[in-house]
Amino acid sequence: MRLSFLHRLDIWARNLLPFLLTLLMLIAGTLPLPIPHFLSLGPGLALISVYYWGLHRPGLLPAPAVFVLGLLGDLLGVAPLGVGTLVLLLVYAVALSQRRVFVAQPFLIVWWGFMMIAAGAMGVGWVFASLVAGAALDPNPVIFAYLITLALYPAIADLFARAQRAFLRAV
Amino acid sequence: MRLRGGSALRLASAKAWLHRFTFVLLFGASLALMVLGKSESPIVERARLTVTDAVTPIMNGLSRPLASIRQAYDNAREFLDLREENAALREQQARLVQWQSVARQLEAENRALRDLLKFAPDRAASFVTARVVADNGGAFVRSVLVAAGSRDGLRKGDAAVTGEGLVGRVAEVGERSARVLLLTDINSRIPVVIERSRDQGILAGDNSDNPRLLYLSHGSQLVPGDRVVTSAAGGAFPPGLPVGVVKSTDTGGAVVELFVDWDHMEYLRLLDYRLTGVLQGNSAEPAGAGLP
Repeated sequence: MRLSFLHRLDIWARNLLPFLLTLLMLIAGTLPLPIPHFLSLGPGLALISVYYWGLHRPGLLPAPAVFVLGLLGDLLGVAPLGVGTLVLLLVYAVALSQRRVFVAQPFLIVWWGFMMIAAGAMGVGWVFASLVAGAALDPNPVIFAYLITLALYPAIADLFARAQRAFLRAV
Repeated sequence: MRLRGGSALRLASAKAWLHRFTFVLLFGASLALMVLGKSESPIVERARLTVTDAVTPIMNGLSRPLASIRQAYDNAREFLDLREENAALREQQARLVQWQSVARQLEAENRALRDLLKFAPDRAASFVTARVVADNGGAFVRSVLVAAGSRDGLRKGDAAVTGEGLVGRVAEVGERSARVLLLTDINSRIPVVIERSRDQGILAGDNSDNPRLLYLSHGSQLVPGDRVVTSAAGGAFPPGLPVGVVKSTDTGGAVVELFVDWDHMEYLRLLDYRLTGVLQGNSAEPAGAGLP
């Protein structure tokens, strides 16, 4: 059975969903929000997206795509060049390797997993950002960004779950 | 049958190997990017500018509704304490009228003395006002993107100010976007002077909210509350732009509380004094490229 052109285009667009959502999170993370200054998230929102899709649909967000997203973020100024890319890749790689542990687990366990993995990745990001700068960065903004990201995880994961049910059930 | 099973197994292991190889390659590429970024190569700058130029119109569109939400909220709050604010403003106005007469006197005196000394006046600045469209005041970097670039006359090294004081300097200029490195960023180094004692120093960011004063001249006596303004040293900035006040002092220098209010930084004024100091050296393209 040959699929019609429109049908194929539809599937193609649906397959792009994880990539586009991560891109959206990356851009949303840099918008000047009407909240106090220290609440800027850096790569936080994109981190959630990469973790979520790495666990649930890694086929639709392959590693090179994560790399490209990280690079775009760094070029936008989210983190020093290469550092944001490394942080995203780390979260993705660990999520992918622990997929069997987290799949079909209750939400709290998956959240706990994000807590551990994101902490490690942000820590590594801080070390490399300090190395690139040639001096120790103030760790407080990194810790704030991490805590806010953690607190936002349930809402954003819920959003992704809805998107997944609505658009990716058939794919 | 056995042979086919074996080849399937080999195919699977080859796939796993390729998978691992991809990750190693990508991690290696990230590390290479860090080195490339550190080398400040013109390729990196061009790539950054291409991306920011492409994304800035989208961000400009997205940041407008956010700005109007914020404005509505501010309006509502102001409306609630209108009476108190009115009283406070009256009081302030009375005080400012006094200051105005003092300023007029000083201005006249200043002009007379300058005439006497044949003082070469500072050149007047031209400025561009631009909307802040992206705020990376985040975990690793302290910079903002503004929706104006070389086509609006921005140049690398321009000083970025708000009504309160200095915010940072223009670090990269694209065609329609520019990146402003904030005073708090770890890469920010600004020559400053203590207004009271005229002691020179360097204001250095460390990604925290309060940058530090370094390289103060020996024997300088700082007191918390001393005003810090920009210095003309190095020809980087016009002298006298307000920066902040000394918050506390220690053996290594002092911590500075900045005047700028980070939470209400919707627009930035970018001042161009046509200075060709240290900050414009080693730029990828000649300063002023794209100017008429």
